[in-house]
Amino acid sequence: MTTRLFGEPIARREDPRLVAGDGRFLDDLGAGALAAAFVRSPHAHARIVDVDVGGALDVDGLVAVYTYEDLDGRVAEPLPLLIPHPSLHAPRTAHPLANGVVRHVGEPVAMVVASDRYVAEDACDRVLVTYEPLPPVVGIDAALRAEHAVHDDVRDNVAAHMVQEVGDTRAAIAAAPHRLELELQIERSASMPLEGKGVYARWDAADRSLRVYSSTQTSTSVRMALAAKLGVPVDRVEVVAPDVGGGFGVKIVHPWPEEVLVPWAAIRLGREVKWVEDRREHFVSSAHERGQQHKVRVGFDDDGRLLGLEVEFLHDNGAYTPYGIIVPIITSTQLLGPYKPGAYRVEFRSLYTNTVIVTPYRGAGRPQGVFAMERTMDAIAERLGRDRAEVREVNFIRPDEMPYDHGLIFQDGRPLIYDSGDYPASLAKLKKLVGWEEFAAEREQARAEGRRVGIGLACYVEGTGVGPYEGAHVRVETNGKVVVATGLTTQGQGHETVFAQVAASELGVPVEDVAVVTGDTRRFKYAVGTFASRAAVMSGNAVALAARKVRAKALRIAGEALEVDPADLEVVDGVVRVRGVPDAEIPLATVAVLANPLRYAFDEQAKQATQFAVGGGAEVPPVADDDEPGLEATDYYSPVRSTFANGVHAAVVETDPDTAEVKILRYCVVHDCGRLINPRIVEGQIHGGVAQGVGGALYERIVYDEHGQLLNASFMDFLMPYASEVPTVETDHLETPSPLNPLGIKGAGEAGVIPGAAVFAAAISDAEGLWIDRMPISPSELWELRRQKTPEGDA
Amino acid sequence: MKPPPFRYHRPSTVEEALAVLAEAGHDGKVLAGGQSLVPLLNMRLAAPGQLVDVNRLAELAYVRTDAEAVRVGALARHAEVEHDADTWEAVPLLRQALADLAHPTIRNRGTVVGSLVHADPSGEMPAVLALLGGVMELASEQGRRTVPAAEFFVGPLESALRPGELATAAVFPRPPARSGSAWREVARRRGDYAICGVGVLVTLDEERLVRAARAACISVGPTPVLVDLAGAVGGRPHDAADWAAAGAVVAAAVDPEDDIHATAAYRRHLAGVLTARAGRAAAAQAARTPEELA
Amino acid sequence: MSEDLHQTRLLVNGVQHTVRVPARRLLADCLRHDLGLTGTHVGCEHGVCGACTVLVDGLPMRSCLLFAVSVDGAEITTTEGCRSADGGLGPVQRAFMECHGLQCGFCTPGFVTTVTAFIRDHPDPTEAEAREAIGGNLCRCTGYQNIVASVLRAAELVGEEGSGEPQGGAPVGREGSGA
Repeated sequence: MTTRLFGEPIARREDPRLVAGDGRFLDDLGAGALAAAFVRSPHAHARIVDVDVGGALDVDGLVAVYTYEDLDGRVAEPLPLLIPHPSLHAPRTAHPLANGVVRHVGEPVAMVVASDRYVAEDACDRVLVTYEPLPPVVGIDAALRAEHAVHDDVRDNVAAHMVQEVGDTRAAIAAAPHRLELELQIERSASMPLEGKGVYARWDAADRSLRVYSSTQTSTSVRMALAAKLGVPVDRVEVVAPDVGGGFGVKIVHPWPEEVLVPWAAIRLGREVKWVEDRREHFVSSAHERGQQHKVRVGFDDDGRLLGLEVEFLHDNGAYTPYGIIVPIITSTQLLGPYKPGAYRVEFRSLYTNTVIVTPYRGAGRPQGVFAMERTMDAIAERLGRDRAEVREVNFIRPDEMPYDHGLIFQDGRPLIYDSGDYPASLAKLKKLVGWEEFAAEREQARAEGRRVGIGLACYVEGTGVGPYEGAHVRVETNGKVVVATGLTTQGQGHETVFAQVAASELGVPVEDVAVVTGDTRRFKYAVGTFASRAAVMSGNAVALAARKVRAKALRIAGEALEVDPADLEVVDGVVRVRGVPDAEIPLATVAVLANPLRYAFDEQAKQATQFAVGGGAEVPPVADDDEPGLEATDYYSPVRSTFANGVHAAVVETDPDTAEVKILRYCVVHDCGRLINPRIVEGQIHGGVAQGVGGALYERIVYDEHGQLLNASFMDFLMPYASEVPTVETDHLETPSPLNPLGIKGAGEAGVIPGAAVFAAAISDAEGLWIDRMPISPSELWELRRQKTPEGDA
Repeated sequence: MKPPPFRYHRPSTVEEALAVLAEAGHDGKVLAGGQSLVPLLNMRLAAPGQLVDVNRLAELAYVRTDAEAVRVGALARHAEVEHDADTWEAVPLLRQALADLAHPTIRNRGTVVGSLVHADPSGEMPAVLALLGGVMELASEQGRRTVPAAEFFVGPLESALRPGELATAAVFPRPPARSGSAWREVARRRGDYAICGVGVLVTLDEERLVRAARAACISVGPTPVLVDLAGAVGGRPHDAADWAAAGAVVAAAVDPEDDIHATAAYRRHLAGVLTARAGRAAAAQAARTPEELA
Repeated sequence: MSEDLHQTRLLVNGVQHTVRVPARRLLADCLRHDLGLTGTHVGCEHGVCGACTVLVDGLPMRSCLLFAVSVDGAEITTTEGCRSADGGLGPVQRAFMECHGLQCGFCTPGFVTTVTAFIRDHPDPTEAEAREAIGGNLCRCTGYQNIVASVLRAAELVGEEGSGEPQGGAPVGREGSGA
């Protein structure tokens, strides 16, 4: 009897090879390939006066050195602007190798190809680049002051300027009984997966075809980009995402300079070439995110109900804008969370600086928006002397108001309409889980003992399952095994398992018989990619739809074979049988044979099929007009808009009165992502997100000095949390299914991290009686804040 | 991040090592644990022309305790010293400080002597040697010499070791009877370099009054800062000494700097707080009677 | 200007290997590329992340901070060597699987070796001890909670089945899932 697999916390199919050391990550491939390495700019802003590669040519094992002058055709053009937008009035992208100017430390200037990475780095050391340093622009304030420009033709350093408004916000604020103004800031951080980027390219000269492996979140898009850039026909390019050691957003950008240059070199040299990004490179030439400065003005009534909310923020987008302004657009819209803002106006400027580019990192602008909104809620509560949870509840969109149209445009270019969610219920669960009502007494008790404890809470809404589509192909083989392919990729989310669960549930086969392939353009060619908490929603539903088509076809054929009405059939454990009639059955494998009019008896299955008769007889073609051979189908899921998950987090912290160290006593999560395909995998995603939230709140900060030098380009000084820094997460969940997709699911990938900064700022504020408006916060910074409050000594 | 090329020597005896080091001169660097050196090589922040791998010098792989001191040979790994029972009995401060040094996996390979020679201003071992008044034993083809801790740590990442010299051992003297020690450190993450760390050694007299007390601090100056606390707590009963005052003395004595992890003022403040905490704990340990210790 | 090669013998997962490598060849690269044991991963090359952790004469060490030549003659155990004698998953590996102690799997090899040595030396850890034992390895995916659970489960499995003594062995065949 097949267990109902959808919703089961089954063990992961990908684990046996991963725990045994049999994973195939990028650098595990291409054993015989040449190694590429890059000469990168040590300056934040400089003109390239000369590149002298002579010294490199003497290095034993060197194969080639390339500079911008060597690039040809479209490879010499700037990298693509992936997501244009009318408000992005001054977009700029980089060249794969710098063309006369470098605009951040780490920008690639020359590529070396050699026998191995050691030798390649030796050769890089011998490339002599003469630079004429130019004044760098570092930090939002400097960018705004615009004494210097990152791009000569963008004198004010403003890449984009966008305003969205619903209602007359200024009037609403002016007329409100109460008003507050806040300034808030979140500093730059980074995705920082344990595995960096990597590209391995094979050019088959006989076939004139290119195969590229890339540690990417979107192999299908990399394929299109490479075909265009390298002038190779699309059908001669295949891109495969192998096992990928984490992405968290940084691997969605494409094509990276290296993604273009490594295949380009492979074609030129007629040799396999591989580039494996090292940790220092990742710091200075991948992408960062999170840095924003916010000004909030809010008008509210005596109950804390928002009447008007005006947000103006500045976003640091780094030196180039290949990914457009998705991050600040998400901030603008997701800032609203579960609340009705009354009138709402949001305005942002996205600014150039001479630093690494800024593209989505798990949360993708939401943490900043939630920080602004939740600090505002806390400030309102403090002003009115009200409970922080009550003030939030008063502003919630109610379940009976769903679907709720905010009147704004979301990141997918579609209306921001929340489809479902029960925010009061989520908050009630969280309050119970953490003991919200009882905490005031605990705080007092601790205070009496000389201890400082505090509690914070934060709510968020997350748009997930953004389109435009994903597709899946499902095929039942003649041996009964099911193969599923979808075009998006995997970086640890357990797709081989969850999509197998969906297919197995829909088809009625054991999950062990289902094999899933993701991220391989040889297997599925139309896809968007894995990001924005969309994979389960998009490909999960696509797999379900494709599997349903397969099931329908199977039942039709089985019905013919068994001479029964397909409506009387069910599929259990891979066998199609007549409900209630024990011996009237036919294995799905046999149905697969019958689905192909050409039945050479290569195996037992095919031989067994001969006992059944299907098809229309001698008067009709073996393959009908609207049919195809094989028990397989492709389908796509394309949503009218995103589906909105939500959650509430709470943290209890204790701060050391002397050292200002912050200890996390409890961390509670209530999340609602609709129906869960595999609860254990969802919970794992939440744990991981929370750890990144802890990191972003208390430890992680990318630090540039005024010269644009990255001061903490290593794991010694960019502080990702170890197990000692991450609390045990207590979770509870709600399921308000999504009405927008057949499976009723919503995304969960980013949930854990989104409210991190907000919740810790609130908890520390509560413990200390200090207003925290800037994150992350270190013990040193907390201690300095205490001093500012009471200059004569510790509080 | 791959190391640059170097000439590699792997001597089998100390004599051989000294000969190689003499020839290499400024171009030579000793490779023992490598936990500090190899990251620098991988990042190409250092490029010694010759590496002298001393991991074969079995005669230097020892940690011995005698009536005077704990003697740590150049190849004794942090973990070995940390877990050595005799060392714990003789000089408990070593294990107390080693527990905060990086992570166990690093301690399995890194060496105490290597840490001392590396002379990182945030290194625990230099402070321990300084606090105990220990010495470094150095050897070269020219002969052997002994350098006391006070003269060994010259500056940030700079020791008195000369080109051609090999540090063969570190000697940590036993504290006097009725002594207690403690180590307190604040780091951003568990196992990170200290934002500030303080070791305190307290010695009591027969009436269990504080006869001597001193502190050694890390990450608050270019080398470990040694501070005599006798003025603040000397002559006081072990459980009624003004450790906060001792902390104030230390806070005034250190001269830390700002960096991306902490301000100078915060470090200074921590030096005071950690001195008080370590002092209290050290005094309590010193006051334990032999019966209590057994 | 080609480099000297040094004859280096390594006993890896019970199998004797001899390689000729430059002195600067990191042990991690030697294991991965000279011996084809790609289970050990490289995440930072400065000793912080722990993905490269292997056992050297039974002790966990960062293979990115060791030169292969420097451990000539040593006995090395990688994650591949933590399989069971018949080539299936060893108890620590199975525990990680049971407890969802991995997501992308990149950091996992360093945890498997570290935990194997830890349980050998501490067969009955508390939860706090388990968390401390993994405190030197970074994971960006799991938030560590399920890894702590994996350590405790591994202790149970080792206790039930006897020693998790690492073995050599052929790679496990891959079932079902592609890639």
